[in-house]
Amino acid sequence: MYIIIVGGGKVGYHLAKALLNEGHEILVTEKNADRNQFICDELGSVCVHGDGCEAATLAEVGTGRADMLIAVTGDDEDNLVACQVAKHKFNVPRTIARISNPKNEAIFKKLGIDVTVSSTNIILENIEEEVPTHPLTHLLTIRDKGLEIVEVKIPPDSTTVGKAVKKLSLPQGSRLALIIRKQQKPIIPKADTILQAEDQIIAVTSPESEEALRTALRGA
Amino acid sequence: MKVIIMGCGRVGAQLAGLLDSEGHFVTILDTDEYSFRRLPPTFTGTALLGNGIDEESLKEAGIEEADAFVAVTQGDNRNVMAAQIAKHIFNVPKIICRVYDPLRRELYKSLGLEAFSPTTILAQLLKEKLES
Repeated sequence: MYIIIVGGGKVGYHLAKALLNEGHEILVTEKNADRNQFICDELGSVCVHGDGCEAATLAEVGTGRADMLIAVTGDDEDNLVACQVAKHKFNVPRTIARISNPKNEAIFKKLGIDVTVSSTNIILENIEEEVPTHPLTHLLTIRDKGLEIVEVKIPPDSTTVGKAVKKLSLPQGSRLALIIRKQQKPIIPKADTILQAEDQIIAVTSPESEEALRTALRGA
Repeated sequence: MKVIIMGCGRVGAQLAGLLDSEGHFVTILDTDEYSFRRLPPTFTGTALLGNGIDEESLKEAGIEEADAFVAVTQGDNRNVMAAQIAKHIFNVPKIICRVYDPLRRELYKSLGLEAFSPTTILAQLLKEKLES
């Protein structure tokens, strides 16, 4: 595949390196002359000095035949514009934008960007997993369906310990997928499965009912 | 008319002053408080510290009731992003944005944004002056 990367910062550089190793044809655009030189010295002549938001730069690097454009500069607005220029002027089939402000995810989607990757959200999710007292951890987002897979831990003092699954008032659209218990095989929860202290529950939910699900599982 | 202007540079501040003196309700946004010095002393509108590509700042500026939105910061990309948020998220009836790069301006015009390029306009104007 021919992939254009806009922005040769740390993310752009390592992304280019990884994709080159996979055998793709890569081109990086970088505004800073020194940074451009660094990438060319390290990876060979795969970097062009120029602004990847400008149609002229994108024309110069043959964006018309690109299979994908990935915009990973540090500024959300630059990534948005690079993707829009690629999509609407050069008909690039797939555009991916990095975003720093998680609030921009919905906006970018509405403005026609195929995929957004929120670095802030990824860091938050990873940190969440490492905080043992965190009541609800995001494991995976299924964007197209508006669903997410989360993990909820049941603390020993929770009012739901000893209750059957059917007695829990789960929000509509939320499903319990799996219960992981210490020294046991994972259990697929049924209506009469009784919750125990320290259970780790894997559930499917929508972002809107996340809070209701947490309350249903751990008690108010 | 309730107008929100993003960017309190020379153009933004002057436009804010003109509209304000004609009795329009003007809110002007900038990320740098120091830039509000450019507003005329008679300005009676609102000067708000905030980022025009942030939904919360735009709401605070009253974008939900705005009749018009003008994006005139120094950054083309910031201007087109803010203009698109105003158009597609908040459905502001009238939106104008400045895009220095003529090629980018062409593109956004084709995407339905009212964008103007001072580069093209000034070059044309200078050429006419030279020929007259």
